[in-house]
Amino acid sequence: MKRQQFQHPYLPYLLVAPQLAIILVFFVWPAAQAVYQSFRLEDPLMGIGEFVWFDNYASVFDDRQYVVSFVFTIVFSTLVAVSSMTIALLLAVKADGILHGESAYKVLLTWVYAVAPAVAGIVGTFLFTRNLGPLYNLLVSTGWTFNPQVNVFDASFTVILVSVWKQVSVNFIYFLAGLQSIPVAVREAAKIDCKSEFRRFWTITLPLLAPTGFFVLVINVTYAFFDTFGVIDTMTRGAPAGGTSTLVYKVYQDGFLGLDLGGSSAQSVILMILVLVLTAVQFRFLERKIQY
Amino acid sequence: MKSLRTLAVAAAGLFAVSGPVHAATEITFWHAMGGQLGETVNTIAKEFNASQSDVVLTPVYKGSYEETMTAGIAAFRAGEAPNIIQIFDAGAATIINAKGAVKPVAGLLNEFGAKFNAEDYIAGVRYFYADNDGQMIGMPFNSSTPVLYYNKAALEKAGVQAPKTWEEFEVAAPKLKAAGFVPLSQSHTPWILSENFHSRHNLQMADDANGFDGVATEIMYDNPDMIMMFTKLKSWLDDGLYGYYGTKWGDNQKPFIDEEVAMWLGSSGSFGGLKASAKFDFGTTYLPYWKSVVSEGQRTFIGGAALFAMSGKTDAEYKATAQFFEYLTKPETQYFWHRETGYVPITEAAYELAKSDGYYTANPDAEVGIQQLSLDGGEWTKGYRLGYYVQIRDVMQREYDKIFSGATSVPDAFKAIKEDSDKLLERFAKTVN
Repeated sequence: MKRQQFQHPYLPYLLVAPQLAIILVFFVWPAAQAVYQSFRLEDPLMGIGEFVWFDNYASVFDDRQYVVSFVFTIVFSTLVAVSSMTIALLLAVKADGILHGESAYKVLLTWVYAVAPAVAGIVGTFLFTRNLGPLYNLLVSTGWTFNPQVNVFDASFTVILVSVWKQVSVNFIYFLAGLQSIPVAVREAAKIDCKSEFRRFWTITLPLLAPTGFFVLVINVTYAFFDTFGVIDTMTRGAPAGGTSTLVYKVYQDGFLGLDLGGSSAQSVILMILVLVLTAVQFRFLERKIQY
Repeated sequence: MKSLRTLAVAAAGLFAVSGPVHAATEITFWHAMGGQLGETVNTIAKEFNASQSDVVLTPVYKGSYEETMTAGIAAFRAGEAPNIIQIFDAGAATIINAKGAVKPVAGLLNEFGAKFNAEDYIAGVRYFYADNDGQMIGMPFNSSTPVLYYNKAALEKAGVQAPKTWEEFEVAAPKLKAAGFVPLSQSHTPWILSENFHSRHNLQMADDANGFDGVATEIMYDNPDMIMMFTKLKSWLDDGLYGYYGTKWGDNQKPFIDEEVAMWLGSSGSFGGLKASAKFDFGTTYLPYWKSVVSEGQRTFIGGAALFAMSGKTDAEYKATAQFFEYLTKPETQYFWHRETGYVPITEAAYELAKSDGYYTANPDAEVGIQQLSLDGGEWTKGYRLGYYVQIRDVMQREYDKIFSGATSVPDAFKAIKEDSDKLLERFAKTVN
């Protein structure tokens, strides 16, 4: 095969330069700073301090709260990604099948997309307010001694619920678009061949939706890891007992609130590596199984 | 050409009449006082600017305490620091231990303003932001202290008095419970029942004289008296004599406002807000103490924040800053601040002014905080200066949550507090050279 080449040797570099500059300024430079900072212990004002090699990393893993945050982040992210994708897929399949008034359904289902995570958190706080919030009262009326201010499980439940609610609409948009891009001819052929709707979905629709699903999975993991910060900050601030503090929230608590620059930099480097590995795994093992 | 020359002469004449242009020194003040408090800060700044023509002070609201501090630090590192910054109690060690970042208030006043005299300040606020020789580094600004609020009708219904000691509380609590109330809740456990527990009972909190003599590396929260206090709290909680509604300040204040809870430990600065939201008559009294630990309850610590003069400024700006600090500590300014916000006045003169003006005759509750801060003090009532204290408070809050939800035992919780805090202190010590 003949390789396509630009006539001018510098033109391609010139064309990608703006993008590279943005990556350099907004990612590579701060990331390099974080790596440098993570090897130092210094006072935040004068910048006096010492080079401590891996001491900051050692203290991070030595911190019992870090372990709690780590486990919580994994559980939280898994539940948020899986639940919001499942619910969104279900809604998308149902919305896709609707013939009458479909735009009304779609608008209502995508509505939440416009809500910022912090706003979702504030709404959640209101809904779960002790003695006043409608959801609080509903849960208590079922006989559950619901107490998210003191009980870690209950608190986790509220932040997960709000985070899922916020994300369903985003996933819904992608899934619906994915479903609608499946050619009508294929669907009709499937209908003739197979009577069971469930089997048709399982063998025809789902594989054809896989590229969309994979993309949605990647953005959901990133969402659960990073964007839920606003929900946590407005709802629980990591409480009770540090039980709802995600890794990102802990970086913020130690670095921004506590001014431990070295420790929080080490945490963010670990987090960066974790997400890179996670994304690489997704691409390596999941993407291979997908037919585009 | 002639007309131009005339113009030039006329212009020169005009300048000669008006004299050299008098440029006022502009200084900035970053603070964390939002809402009504922010309005009051603006009023003080406006009146200060109107009271003289040498200095123009611009107050800037920078968000929460933490946000203000982080913004100030970022600005300082970029060489753009404000002249004055408000730093909260838990952040004080960070800014004070960063040698050369701030110009100590006592030295600033001695050099550029009136002579600094520690005796002018209320005993309870004098040392908190000072060095070990009593020289103030930060100027206490918004100072409050923990007090007990009680629902008068609830106590009357139960036939009890507001408890002065925890021993009295143990007698009164079952009666309040029988009258249909949760006897007690309290906000901010690290501040009220940890730091101030030590001050009220004159107990040491950390080595190196609570961090005043050097950089502390050992916390002493795991002492038998604290363990006793929290063992009691847990058993009161189990018996329905104490309510724990969460970590946030408002979580525990709300049930008091809703008259579920009969007594609430909050801040002397909560008075105004409570007056506005509580639909019942309430009283204020001192933070209870254990008679078994100390024969007479000692004075408490202040909470809140102080103003720091950032270094690296010109003499003219230091002079202007000193001028503002002098204005701020004037009895009239302090009395105004006290009345508007509920924070305590920081000078003896301002306290005298409030008394002679009859303010406390009309509002006896407003005096409780300052009276408590003027009680006898001991070796351990000056304050504390501990690094990474924001994180240490988080550690305490985390373990207290676990105690109250039954996830851990009291001794184990204090063991964890000790271990985690010591690690943090040790790390902080490495950042201080």
